[in-house]
Amino acid sequence: MYAFDYKNPSSLSEATDMLRSSDDGQLIAGGHTLLPTLKQRLASASDLIDLAGVNELKGISARDGSVTIGAMTTHAEVAASSDVQNSIPALADLADGIGDPQVRNRGTIGGSIANNDPAADYPAALVGLGATVNTDSRSIPADDFFTGMFDTALAENEIVTSVTFPTANRAAYCKFPNPASRYAIVGVFVSQGSGGVRVAVTGAGAGVFRVSEMESALAQSFSSASVANVQISDEGLNEDIHASAEYRAHLVTVMAKRAVDKANS
Amino acid sequence: MGDTGIGASVRRKEDLRFVRGSGKYTDDMNLEGQAYAYILRSPHAHASIRSIDTSAARASDGVIAVFTAEDMTAVGGIPCGWQVHGKDGSPMAEPKHPVLAEGKVRHTGDPVAVVIAASRTQARDASEGIIIDYDVLDAVVDMPQAVMEGTTSVHDDVGTNVCFDWALGDKDAVDEAFANADHVASLDLVNNRLIANAIEPRCAIGDYDQSTGQYTLHTTSQNPHVIRLLMGAFVLGLPEHKLRVNAPDVGGGFGSKIFHYAEEIIVTWAAAQLNKPVKWTADRSESFVSDAHGRDHVTTVELALDGNGKFLALRETTLANMGAYLSTFAPCVPTYLHGTLLAGQYSTPAIYCEVKAVFTNTVPVDAYRGAGRPEATYLLERIVQVAADELGIDAAEIRRRNFIQPDEFPYQTPVALVYDTGNYEASMGKALAASDYDGFAGRKEASRRAGKLRGIGIASYIEACGIAPSNIAGALGARAGLYEAATIRVNPTGSVSVLTGSHSHGQGHETTFAQVVSDKLGIDFESVDVVHGDTDKIPFGMGTYGSRSIAVGGAAIVKAIDKIVAKGKKIAAHLLETSESDIEFENGQFVVPGTDKAKAFGEIALAAYVPHNYPLEELEPGLEETAFYDPKNFTFPAGTYVCEVEVDQDTGTVDIASFHATDDFGTVINPMIVEGQVHGGIVQGIGQAILEGCSYDENGQLLSGSYMDYTMPRATDVPSFTVDTTVTECEHNPLGVKGCGEAGAIGSPPAVMNAILNALSEVGVTHLDMPATPHRVWQAIRDAQAS
Repeated sequence: MYAFDYKNPSSLSEATDMLRSSDDGQLIAGGHTLLPTLKQRLASASDLIDLAGVNELKGISARDGSVTIGAMTTHAEVAASSDVQNSIPALADLADGIGDPQVRNRGTIGGSIANNDPAADYPAALVGLGATVNTDSRSIPADDFFTGMFDTALAENEIVTSVTFPTANRAAYCKFPNPASRYAIVGVFVSQGSGGVRVAVTGAGAGVFRVSEMESALAQSFSSASVANVQISDEGLNEDIHASAEYRAHLVTVMAKRAVDKANS
Repeated sequence: MGDTGIGASVRRKEDLRFVRGSGKYTDDMNLEGQAYAYILRSPHAHASIRSIDTSAARASDGVIAVFTAEDMTAVGGIPCGWQVHGKDGSPMAEPKHPVLAEGKVRHTGDPVAVVIAASRTQARDASEGIIIDYDVLDAVVDMPQAVMEGTTSVHDDVGTNVCFDWALGDKDAVDEAFANADHVASLDLVNNRLIANAIEPRCAIGDYDQSTGQYTLHTTSQNPHVIRLLMGAFVLGLPEHKLRVNAPDVGGGFGSKIFHYAEEIIVTWAAAQLNKPVKWTADRSESFVSDAHGRDHVTTVELALDGNGKFLALRETTLANMGAYLSTFAPCVPTYLHGTLLAGQYSTPAIYCEVKAVFTNTVPVDAYRGAGRPEATYLLERIVQVAADELGIDAAEIRRRNFIQPDEFPYQTPVALVYDTGNYEASMGKALAASDYDGFAGRKEASRRAGKLRGIGIASYIEACGIAPSNIAGALGARAGLYEAATIRVNPTGSVSVLTGSHSHGQGHETTFAQVVSDKLGIDFESVDVVHGDTDKIPFGMGTYGSRSIAVGGAAIVKAIDKIVAKGKKIAAHLLETSESDIEFENGQFVVPGTDKAKAFGEIALAAYVPHNYPLEELEPGLEETAFYDPKNFTFPAGTYVCEVEVDQDTGTVDIASFHATDDFGTVINPMIVEGQVHGGIVQGIGQAILEGCSYDENGQLLSGSYMDYTMPRATDVPSFTVDTTVTECEHNPLGVKGCGEAGAIGSPPAVMNAILNALSEVGVTHLDMPATPHRVWQAIRDAQAS
């Protein structure tokens, strides 16, 4: 990797100041995407501002009808949290299936969503539950947050502080992992809550997206039979050596069915 | 056998250091004043180099030197260790394999320049300042296309992409048998390209002592003497007494660390140029494009049968990928390690195969765990299964009808080899019983109720291990001998140092070889230490590959022990004042049977080194013997594997439901280590069958160039195996051993694929190539449903 200055702020305001005053500073959370790309010299930064010491970005709090998770909370912490397990078990389950134990103990929810890898799991949960992304300056609905491949609504120097998830009556996540990387080739998050039914798909396209046809079918009847015959178009879906667009489109239906069954079980 | 002798599952001595993180690997070594090499590699699969400008790199911080091919004109090309002749008698095309690219690059990852600097980072930083003007050429990637007229040549001086066109067997007899057969089964298949991915990336450190003219290369090698010979004699022109090659602890090889690589030459040569040690360590991305790859065959196979399912003849035509250059043993892999195995366990009377070796703009392809034999076993066990299905004969029954029978050994196959011993029905019977073969229908029904397809597959493999004898290998094109050497050094107080030419890079030789010595000399296992890997310490040996360590290296150890015992008898006869012929050696004692006269092994050792009462006129003092062992024949491990799979039709996912292996390895020295070898081999075979697929795009870019895209098997991908053995001893080596390192990787791919295709036959799928990834399985089901 190229040389950079390492900074470890202890408060959000200090982190913001460091970010604003750097030439080409980068925030680092778990580092699972940033560090490999730095090592391969595909990325560089003048400063790495490590959020690990910013305690106000950590922790989980449950309130009536919602759970708020600090941006620097690790996947393992989300998976093990009794607050999450009790209020949104599907979210704990999703966190428990990200990567491997090393990834789950280092990777954070804020890092994942700010990076917005098209095959990451969390975007499906945020959109699938209708969550809200809280930053140091505003709150952004998940539907507006993920704007494209590795792209978000975050402004320059804006920092994700937490994510607030509404609870759901029923919810589940099913993913078909890439055999090599174990990222989602297709992951489908379904939920039924006060805001209605949501079906969010990750891995298949340039970014997370909702399937309205499935949502309306499930609103009629929340059963796997409702989505079994809903086949999405493969146009614009991702293609690589592991899966064609056609296969991904097919897997969206299969994973949606399984997610609905799981939510109902 | 006792607790530590032959046949005991002794815990591995070497694991004490490995599990504590105190192993000493090449990269753990750092020499005083060492510099670091960074190798700039081609980003293109095929391009002419118009110019290279290194001036900015030379001026960069910390840079000591920048070298390109122009600086290395006195250095030879990287030699190939095996010369194959085509069916018309012509020698293979052997284009130069330069250490650094000369005018052209021929695969992504081809080394172009080397920067040597005070730190790795400085070397890499400087490399970004090297300006290379490439004229990008058409890349030759697809083999069938590569051999067509008018295709771009990988090597201009060869003019075609065919390296050799080789054949083995009686073509006329085979053609006649096919003409008269009741049934002919035929199959086109691909044996997928693999990347070895040893856990330790390659590393090399060159050192030069100006005062003595002594060169040292520390390297991650399976065979340090082979590297010393190749690099010393053929590349750098160094006399062998001035060159030491040391391969310390090595973290896995699987074949990929047999070969002589450019980086070994670069660091050794540069160390002398710069008069300072030079170190190079591959990073993982570099390993993907610089370690030799494995397999990569495109094959048509046909089997002729009579009405009872008896095999009449087998015919194979194959294109075998060599990659851009000939790696050290590449030509022998698809020929003498492949065509000769086509009889398998069967008494097929006529066999003919034709193999065209093909140059492409890809990383060189060479031996990978099994080397040629997995390819032979795969095509044979697949076509046998296709024939069985077409004729409606049970998978076990068709094999049983064609097995070579126990009373037919020694058995001359129609493809040159003579099998010494075996009992194929015995190992198949055991595997079928372990797998409850007869109860499959019930399990299939249970899977069906759960919405899954279930299949069962059998593969009966044979392999030829302990490659030898040297004179035959030489006649077939080997440019080296294939014996092994060992020295037994009995120390004055009775402990033993074993200096072996074999090399352990995970196999556990420090344990198994000590077991052999402990057993044969009747001494404590803990008082035997095994030394390997350093050409300054060990006798000239050929190293470890082809499951040869116990069959050839172990036999050399036994021969040296025999010499020790013979000398010990002479010393004992003197001390006991009797004749040598009266002495017998048993349980660590030299005794005169029927008397109480005895001398312990330790007493004899002490007498040999403190020869105060010693027959000095007839016998030299000391107790140290060296033996070289050149085997009379290959050994022939064989066995049957039974695999069951469950297929999820909705996603195409294959779950390996169970796997049962029965192997005949002859005598087993350490059952626990053998079991571990079989487990590892099976996992690699399952990896090949359902997970691992090396993939290039049409421009020769490696698409599976990291673990994000190259699927290594994980623990959750495999079931808990049952592994068992039957024993027919090898008749021509002193331990009766056959070798076990590769069997698992040879027998498992066809067992898995036969099982998958058995499951998919219900939905009309008749063929599928490896790896049977979820996408491929789903696509095959979909295509079958559409047609």
